[in-house]
Amino acid sequence: MGAGHSHPLYLEGSSVVHRLPAEVKIVAAFLTVLCVVATPREAFWAFGGYLLLLAAVWAAARIPPGWMARRALIEAPFVVLAVLLPFTGPDPRFEWAGLSLSHAGTLGAWNILAKGTLGVLTSLTLAATTPMRDLLLGLQRLRVPALVLTIATLMLRYADVIAGEARRMRLARIARGHDPRFLWQAGATARGIGSLFIRSYERGERVHLAMLSRGWTGTMPTTGAPATVRSQWLVALALPLVAAALAVTGMMTT
Amino acid sequence: MSAHTEPASPPAADPAVASLDVRGLDFAYPDGTTALHGVDLRIEPGERVALLGPNGAGKTTLVLQLNGILAPTGGEVVVGGLPVRKPHLQEVRRRVGIVFQDPDDQLFMPTVREDVAFGPANFGVRGDELTARVEAALEAVGMAEHADRSPLHLSGGQRRRVALATVLSCDPEILVLDEPSSNLDPVARRELAEVLLGLDRTLLMVTHDLPYALQLCPRSVVVDGGRIVADGPTRALLADDGMLRAHRLELPFGFTLA
Repeated sequence: MGAGHSHPLYLEGSSVVHRLPAEVKIVAAFLTVLCVVATPREAFWAFGGYLLLLAAVWAAARIPPGWMARRALIEAPFVVLAVLLPFTGPDPRFEWAGLSLSHAGTLGAWNILAKGTLGVLTSLTLAATTPMRDLLLGLQRLRVPALVLTIATLMLRYADVIAGEARRMRLARIARGHDPRFLWQAGATARGIGSLFIRSYERGERVHLAMLSRGWTGTMPTTGAPATVRSQWLVALALPLVAAALAVTGMMTT
Repeated sequence: MSAHTEPASPPAADPAVASLDVRGLDFAYPDGTTALHGVDLRIEPGERVALLGPNGAGKTTLVLQLNGILAPTGGEVVVGGLPVRKPHLQEVRRRVGIVFQDPDDQLFMPTVREDVAFGPANFGVRGDELTARVEAALEAVGMAEHADRSPLHLSGGQRRRVALATVLSCDPEILVLDEPSSNLDPVARRELAEVLLGLDRTLLMVTHDLPYALQLCPRSVVVDGGRIVADGPTRALLADDGMLRAHRLELPFGFTLA
């Protein structure tokens, strides 16, 4: 089962981490990322500390590091630019393996890479241990505006419906000899996207009518769920607390 | 036709009060296209009525009038004694349960359970009462064991039944179904019919599927060009070849009614 909350970033489980309420985990992840970002880039050891900290959470949640590493690749396109920094940065320069690298550029690249990766890993840890539905519920409890939540809920539901629609339209085009590899046929794809937009818009109207018919007045009804216990906050906040200790030590030693 | 002379009905679940009473309803779209002309339709509690008619006859327009999504340009709709007007639109929408044609339009929540709870929660039902409503509605359509799944992972027939449950949980005075049998395979079609027959509720079913109308609804109403052109026992109407042909309706190949 679990079809109700299957998304590719979620790893089914029943560990301590999985059982923590979503809002607690969201706050813990957010604070941890803040600590990471606030750490001076020269405090190299502190970043190792963060990684160990996350590894401890993965161990507690029984997430295989390889599973995590594959999903962390999502970061790759965003850090490509960082690789260029050592070459394009300002003087002074130093020689390494026959390359002339900028000192400031290399530090800058390290900064982006380390903080970016840790941020992605923290978010992935949150996603891996929290079903999408609970994330929304957690955001609701954290008083995120209702409109934002409604939009997120609808996106969650309709992303697949619209993807299915796009797939059927593409099949219908291909069945009539369309081969989007050729540039001169790109027009059909573009028009396809246009009509997909119209269709999604129309669907939006129909969904809205159906919601009105069931008494929707603009706010999602809150369904009662068990309240969060203080001890759960303490458990989850241990993570940003240790992270804060690392960040503060990092600031004082550099 | 005007039927405004009738006295205002008391707003209670009186057995003498019709579930649905449409009186002299006119409607024109903002661009001036007239969609409904003096529609009169009275449905008694417990009746099951099919609303038949060709494409563009005004069937869906009529349905959207019933819960005040579209406002009439003339005439009136009264649901269980309560006129469809702005001050009590919310109660009207609870009383008129519309099941839309495409379940993907109706089911928008991440899980079946939440979707079935959406309506009653909007109407102020909370806590244990809400849970009980959701359970009962899913039980009634035979989908209780799928409560925690995403509508995305259900078959067409299952989705249709869940869409029905999302409206049943609001405890409506009258169920309005828009093309309930479209896109269903024969088994899903039969299963839905069994569920509907077991509900014991006032029903208005918009459909092109004439055998389905005959199976489910003892009475039928034919709409064409925004007017009601026939109203009577389904069997008699479907046996009237001339009337069917005049309004672009026909029984599927191989069907005849004596």
